[in-house]
Amino acid sequence: MDGPPGLIDWIPNLLRGLGNTMLVTVFGTLLMLVLAVVLGLMARSPRIPVRGVARVVIEFFRGTSLPIQLFWLFYALPMVGFRLEPIVAGVVAFGLNYGAYGAEVVRGAINAVPKPQWEAATALNFSSWQRMTRVIWPQAIPLMIPAMNNLFIQLFKSTPLLFAISIADIMFMGESFRFAGGNSTAMYLLLMAIYFVIAYAVTFLMNLAEAAVKARLGQHEGVRSMFRTRKPVPQEVAP
Amino acid sequence: MNWSWDFAWEILPELLRHFAEYTLVATVLGTAVAAALGLVFAVIRYLRIPLLAQVTTAFIEFIRSTPLLIQLFFLFFALPELGITLAPLVAGVTGLGVHYACYMADVYRSGIDAVPKGQWEASVALQLPQRITWQRVVLPQAIRNVLPALGNYAIAMFKETPFLAFIAVPELLRTAQTIGGNTFRYLEPFTMAGLIFLAASYPTALLLRRMERRLAAY
Repeated sequence: MDGPPGLIDWIPNLLRGLGNTMLVTVFGTLLMLVLAVVLGLMARSPRIPVRGVARVVIEFFRGTSLPIQLFWLFYALPMVGFRLEPIVAGVVAFGLNYGAYGAEVVRGAINAVPKPQWEAATALNFSSWQRMTRVIWPQAIPLMIPAMNNLFIQLFKSTPLLFAISIADIMFMGESFRFAGGNSTAMYLLLMAIYFVIAYAVTFLMNLAEAAVKARLGQHEGVRSMFRTRKPVPQEVAP
Repeated sequence: MNWSWDFAWEILPELLRHFAEYTLVATVLGTAVAAALGLVFAVIRYLRIPLLAQVTTAFIEFIRSTPLLIQLFFLFFALPELGITLAPLVAGVTGLGVHYACYMADVYRSGIDAVPKGQWEASVALQLPQRITWQRVVLPQAIRNVLPALGNYAIAMFKETPFLAFIAVPELLRTAQTIGGNTFRYLEPFTMAGLIFLAASYPTALLLRRMERRLAAY
């Protein structure tokens, strides 16, 4: 190719990069949700060893920084004999880190379901499984959605880190544009615009989901609630 | 290859030096920028200054929804094309500060909203000028209430300082990477780096929780 490339020339590359970014985002989010539920439930177990394990895992992954965890999985783990594919390292790092934050969200939401709901379920002779699946979770999920949405977006916003562990994500493609002599100001603005649009689409979907689960509880919300923007929740939710 | 305590102890002083000189400095300066700029954003939005308030809101939404790493790259690699060259640490502190100012603006707003209406009315009754009302009556109460929330964002920012490694700030992560590259031992540097972060952030988070409970008791 002659001369510096234009933004239009790079669109196929960016789309390929976006594919890898979304791949890690989707699987990282799934792992995060699984860990959040498991750790969140463990953290409110009456048994001290179970609760202790959950607390140690949660505090460890919240306390050590995400980029360091990612680099540890990518550079340090092979030294002890486990070599992960870069994509797998990315999914595991994002899943563990945000799963630890998500566990606090799950725990907080379950604790926020009013006590009489628990007592009523017991009084009606529900088994503990029925109590959780029929009474507690349906009320806890709407409480979790706004904070979980913040974590989804945080996770998504961390994905440019992937280029540092040799994944050809969208950031990698943006960087290759700069190295090829393209206009980096335009490229970074385009990348930010792409992230912005996707983040808003996710927020919109989560608003829809929140309205749907609330409707099941008989709390109907107007159409305006769909277009709410995110309310930031500080990451460290105090216990 | 196995874990070597000798090597871990050998590199610890260097890691700690870079941690203190760059990671902590970037956190403190970044927090100062974010706390000041966030307050300005919050007051602009609260006063509903025409146009400026709308532009601020749009800017906050945009910064909050885009990755910190790309913002840092923009400051460090794209601004020189426009004729503004920033030193790595300056770009890093600016990026962290502006990013977290957009989060702190909402924290301040909730603090200002929580100041009782009677306080505003009393200021009017006492004929306090607007500036004095903000400086002496509203902000001292608002800021006191939101200190724990601001502290939480400071910790969050602290944990994002490794992003500065990618714009050539020799902070903890980059130092660990350099040591790993020179010695072909990555296990100890990255493990020690993670533990240093944990040792610094966990006690701070506990302190904040205590502070939060004490403030809530009033």
